Amino acid sequence: MIYAGVDSGSWNTKAVVIDGGARVRGTCVVRSGADLAGAAERAYDGALGAAGLGRGEVTAVWATGFGRQSVAFADGSRTELDCHGRGAAHYVPGPLTVVDIGGQDAKVIRIDAAGQRLSHRMNRKCAAGTGSFLDEIALRLGVPIEGLGALASGSAEPLELSSFCTVFAGTELLTLIRGGKRPSDLAMAAYRSLVKRIVAMDVLDGRVVATGGVIAHHPAMVALLGAELRGEIIVPPHPQEMGAFGAALAARDGAAAVGPSAGERAPLAAVEAPRHA
Amino acid sequence: MTTFGSTAALRATMDAYFRDVGAAAEQHLAPVAWCTSVGPAELLRALGFRVFFPENHAAMMGAARTANRYMPLAHAHGYSQEICSYLTSDIGAYLAGESPMQAYGLSGTPRADVLVFNTNQCRDVRDWFEWYGRRWNVPVVGMRSPRAIETVRDDDVDAIARQIEALVPALEAVAGTRLDAGRLEHAVRASRECSDLWEACLRTAARRPAPLNFFDATIHMGPAVVLRGADEAVTYYRTLLAELEGRAAARSAAVEGEAFRLYWDGMPIWGRLRALSSLFAEFRTAVVASTYCNSWIFSALDPADPVRSMARSSLELFIVRSEEAKEDYIARMLDLYHADGIVFHDCRTCPNNTNTRYGMPRRLGERLGIPTLVLDGDVNDLRCVSDEQMRTNVEGFIEQIADARPAAGSAAS
Ligand SMILES: Nc1ncnc2c1ncn2[C@@H]1O[C@H](COP(=O)(O)OP(=O)(O)OP(=O)(O)O)[C@@H](O)[C@H]1O
Ligand code: SF4
Ligand SMILES: [Mg+2]
Repeated sequence: MIYAGVDSGSWNTKAVVIDGGARVRGTCVVRSGADLAGAAERAYDGALGAAGLGRGEVTAVWATGFGRQSVAFADGSRTELDCHGRGAAHYVPGPLTVVDIGGQDAKVIRIDAAGQRLSHRMNRKCAAGTGSFLDEIALRLGVPIEGLGALASGSAEPLELSSFCTVFAGTELLTLIRGGKRPSDLAMAAYRSLVKRIVAMDVLDGRVVATGGVIAHHPAMVALLGAELRGEIIVPPHPQEMGAFGAALAARDGAAAVGPSAGERAPLAAVEAPRHA
Repeated sequence: MTTFGSTAALRATMDAYFRDVGAAAEQHLAPVAWCTSVGPAELLRALGFRVFFPENHAAMMGAARTANRYMPLAHAHGYSQEICSYLTSDIGAYLAGESPMQAYGLSGTPRADVLVFNTNQCRDVRDWFEWYGRRWNVPVVGMRSPRAIETVRDDDVDAIARQIEALVPALEAVAGTRLDAGRLEHAVRASRECSDLWEACLRTAARRPAPLNFFDATIHMGPAVVLRGADEAVTYYRTLLAELEGRAAARSAAVEGEAFRLYWDGMPIWGRLRALSSLFAEFRTAVVASTYCNSWIFSALDPADPVRSMARSSLELFIVRSEEAKEDYIARMLDLYHADGIVFHDCRTCPNNTNTRYGMPRRLGERLGIPTLVLDGDVNDLRCVSDEQMRTNVEGFIEQIADARPAAGSAAS
C-alpha cells in the first residue's frame, strides 16, 4: 500500500510518498508562493513522479502545515506539531525533543518514551527565531540565502548580535559592517543569534532531533545548537520533508484505523470533523 | 456560540442599564461613579450613584473590533503599547469622541462625578482613572490593596475595611447624601445573591455535556459585572439559571458531540471570541470553566457585615493571590469541572491576568499530570494575535489530548 503526505508550509510545500513499511519512495519540495493549492498539486505530483507512481495507487494522502486547509485532495489533516513529532519519533526513539525551524515558525515539540506528544511551544508572532530572520540577514549581507552557509564557513572572529528583533539586527549589522567587521563573521553571528532564540523556547531534553528547511540547508545551525546544548543534535533523514513524512505516516495510521487491517497500529483519534464529506 | 432563550432578557437588562447610566450622566439625574471591576460597587449603589465600569466599556470595543482604531491615539499621548489595552482603547476612544454607548443613544462615554479604583487587580486602573480625573477635574479615590496573598488574614481585611470606610466622606460629598446602613445592607445582599446565582449558572457546566461554555459565559456575565448590587442582575440570573438547568437536564450541549473539556486561564481575546468558540467546537471541545468568569463570584459577601465582607471578597479574589494559592484554585476547578487540560492565555498587555510568566503552566502540568497550552494574544490588541498560529496551537493541543486517550476515535461511535 502507498501513502502520501503534503506539508504546505509558509515558505515551501513538501510532499513525501511512502509504502506501508514507511520506506520513502519519493519526495519533492517546491516554493509555496501565493497559490498554496497549486503548490500542493505540484509537490504531490513531483513526489509521485520521483516514486514512479500515479495518484490512483495512493491509498490515502494527508496534509499538514500552515496551509493544510488548502490541500483540496487530502483525505485528512494533522498539524505540523503532530507530523514533525510523528516523523521524528519514527526514526528516533523517545523521550525526545523535536526542534523544527521553518520559514515563519519555530516549534519545539516534546515527546515521551511511548511516542506520545507531551507539549509544544511555538515562537510568538514574530520573525525572530525563524528562517525569515536568516533570509533578512542574507539580504542585508548581499548574498542569496543559499550562500549564507558558505559565507559563514569563513568566519574567524566570534561576534554576537545583541538584538533578537529582525529589523534591529539588520540595523546592527550595518553598523558592524561600517565598523569594519567581516561579512563571514556576521553571517555566523546571525546563526548564533537564532540558536540563542531557539534554546530559550523550552527545555530541550532527551534526544534532540532537528528538522526543517533551516536545519536542512544550514549545517552551521546544527553545530551551534549542539555546542549550546552540550550534546548531540540528531538530524534525521530528509529533515526538511519531515512534516510531509509525518503526514504520510498519519495517512497510513489514520487509514489503518478505518481500513481492514485496523488493530495493527494505534488508530488516530478522530478529533476533526470530516472536511471532504 | 450557543443560542439561549435568555439572550433577549440579557439584551434588555444591559440596554436598560446603559440607558440609565447615560441618562444620569447627560441629564444629571443622578451622580455617576466609575468603578473598577472589583471596586466597592455596593457602597456606590447604596449612596445612590449610577455605576459605570470602564473595563466593560473597553471590552465592548474589543468585541466590536474597534479597539485598534483607538489605541494609537492613546499611544500618542504617552500611554504605551505595552500597557493595558483596555486603558489605551478607552482613552483613545474618548480622544476620538467615540464610544460604544453611542449605540444606546448616548453622546459618548458617560462622564463621571467621581472615579473609584481598587488596585487589587493592577495599577493600570488607577492610572486610567487619574487620566479622566485630571481631564474632568473630578476626584479619584480608591483602595490600595496588598497583592500576592497566600491566605487572607484578618489584619489585611481590617486594613481594607478601614480604607473602604475612609472613602465614605468623599463619596458622600459627591453624592450629596449620607450613607444609609439599610441601603448598604440591601446592596450587599443583592450582590451576594447575584454572585451565588452566577456561580450556580457557571456550575451547570460541570455536567457532561456542558450546557454553556466559556465563550457564552463571557457574554452572559454582563449583568454580574455592571449590575452587581442591583436587583436587575438577580432577576436576570434567575432566568438564566432556570434555562441552564433545563438544558443540563435535557443534556443539551453547548458544543455538539462534546468530547474534550478544557479550562481557560487569563483574559478573553474579545476580538476573537466567535472565532475561538467555533475553532474549539470544530474539534468537539468545550471550554467548560475559566478563571475569568469565576472572578465575579464573591462568596464572602455578607449583608450582616457589609464593609468587612466587601473587604474580604476583594482580597480573596484570584488575581490578588499568590502563585501557590492560584495553582491550588485552578487544581480545584479542574477537578470540579472534569477538565482534560488548561489553556493559558498569555495576554500581552495584561501581566496581571496572565499566569504564564513565572513558570505556572509547567508546574501545574507536572503536578496534575495534565497537558497545558500557552496561547499568545491580547485582550483587546489584535496586533498581538496571529490567527494561523492560534489555530495550529489549539488544533495541535487537542490532537495531543485525543491521542493520549485510549481509543477515543473508536469509542465515539
Ligand atoms: N535552498 C536553501 N538554501 C538555504 N536556505 C534554505 C533553502 N531552502 C530553505 N531554506 C531556509 O529554510 C527556510 C524554510 O524552511 P521550511 O521549508 O522548513 O519552511 P516552511 O515549512 O515552509 O515554513 P513554516 O514551517 O514556518 O511554515 C527558509 O526561510 C530558509 O531560511
Ligand atoms: S487587570 Fe489587566 S486588563 Fe484589567 S484593567 Fe488591569 S491591566 Fe487592564
Ligand atoms: Mg514547516
